[in-house]
Amino acid sequence: MRRVVVTGIGPVTPVGIGVEDFWEKLTSGHSGVSLISHFDAEGMPVRIAGEIHDFKPEDWLTPKEVKRTDRCVHFAIAAAKLAWKDAGEPTVDHARTGVMFSTGIGGLSSLLAQHKVLLEKGPDRVSPFMVPMLMPNASAGHVAMAFGFTGPNACITTACAAGAHAVGEAFRLIKYGLADVCIAGGTEASILPLTVAGFAQMQALSRNPDPAKASRPFDKHRDGFVLSEGAGAMVLEDADRAMARGARIYAEVAGYGASADAHHITAPEPEGLGAIQAMQAALEEAGESPEAIDYINAHGTSTQLNDAAETRAIKKALGDHAYKTAVSSTKSMTGHMLGAAGAVEAGVAALTIAQGTIAPTVNYETPDQVCDLDYVPNVARQAQVRLALSNAFGFGGHNVVIALRRFEG
Amino acid sequence: MVLKETRKGEMHPMTMAELQEKVCSILAENLSVPEGQVTPEARFQEDLDADSLDLVEAVLALEEEFGVTIPEDEMEGVRTVGQAINLVAQKLGVAA
Repeated sequence: MRRVVVTGIGPVTPVGIGVEDFWEKLTSGHSGVSLISHFDAEGMPVRIAGEIHDFKPEDWLTPKEVKRTDRCVHFAIAAAKLAWKDAGEPTVDHARTGVMFSTGIGGLSSLLAQHKVLLEKGPDRVSPFMVPMLMPNASAGHVAMAFGFTGPNACITTACAAGAHAVGEAFRLIKYGLADVCIAGGTEASILPLTVAGFAQMQALSRNPDPAKASRPFDKHRDGFVLSEGAGAMVLEDADRAMARGARIYAEVAGYGASADAHHITAPEPEGLGAIQAMQAALEEAGESPEAIDYINAHGTSTQLNDAAETRAIKKALGDHAYKTAVSSTKSMTGHMLGAAGAVEAGVAALTIAQGTIAPTVNYETPDQVCDLDYVPNVARQAQVRLALSNAFGFGGHNVVIALRRFEG
Repeated sequence: MVLKETRKGEMHPMTMAELQEKVCSILAENLSVPEGQVTPEARFQEDLDADSLDLVEAVLALEEEFGVTIPEDEMEGVRTVGQAINLVAQKLGVAA
């Protein structure tokens, strides 16, 4: 069986775009959350979100492609191109190069725009591009087209676990010899009146009016997540191949654990049993013990339920070692990019190992007795991290854990 | 008959030349190609890189702009910009 390494990372987030910009801001505690400007949020129950403001799709796609694709595809293409460039634009066998690109929602804004056309102007005015713009798998298809990669290609749509599923499945493709190189990622662009209303009706969104303070994972006064947009991509590569070409290696993908809560369509299983099962599976595949974990990039959404259940799960999976493990939620700065989150955060875990810096959980002010771990509060920490987990849990009860390890050739 | 405002503010029937200019400009915008490339001789697929879906979208834009309906069967056989211009002209009663 082959080892798999991360050789390229491409973040497109409200905090920053590209590895250097993103990492510099993430480790200095910079929040990407702002007042909603994508639409008039007057009268909306929530008026803040993690919007990307300095993104020009024309920098990444032709003018015609920009018009014929949804914003989530714009982000996906940008993230994939950034990751590929970051990996040194390797020469690859296109048939042996795969793309796993996920989303939680897909091209919802394109769907809604055309639904308006249908209602106001009739069926004869609906765009022939409506279907290819709304379908969740559009990003996986467009990324493959952008590079000409004809290897395995799919989109796993598992809400907020989607991006992590893409990374895990790409890892398996390479590990078991079905591909040599993969672009794995997730994308989301669904900051819309309808999604804000829908998530708000679920009582899932923070009502905190102060943008930079609203996402406060593990803090006692957390009151929901902050809806965000963005994409993240990683280039995964067979380790021998990466070494042979002298690639810069961030980390090894050592394990992938996936499970289902089988409990409730949105609420986490309160004891964190599904999350524990996924963490244990990732550790088992990595051949590591819980005591070896140095860092966990938590799912840490800033909802009361998630953060309590995740803390419980970490304590059960790691035992006493949980209290010696650094756990941070970078959603405190990025907000929740839904289907993109898992891919961005697996990249954060890889960067943590490569850079020796742990990004903080900002807005951590008041301890909560049910959240009593070391959440790396408010300021980044220098630390040697050999083994890191990246947790991602999605509505539907999906749990995905990616284990990343310092690569020792 | 389509009326067009002159510089002096008077209305006059749209001429073929004006229609051609308008159609070309809509197609250039819709297909994201430079205006200079959209000439009556230009072929949609070969010269303007427009596939069948692009063509449907472009026809929607023409229908919207000119307030006409161009059924699918009438679009069959339309390969060039000139043919599209003639089709619109016929719908609007603009003399060739």
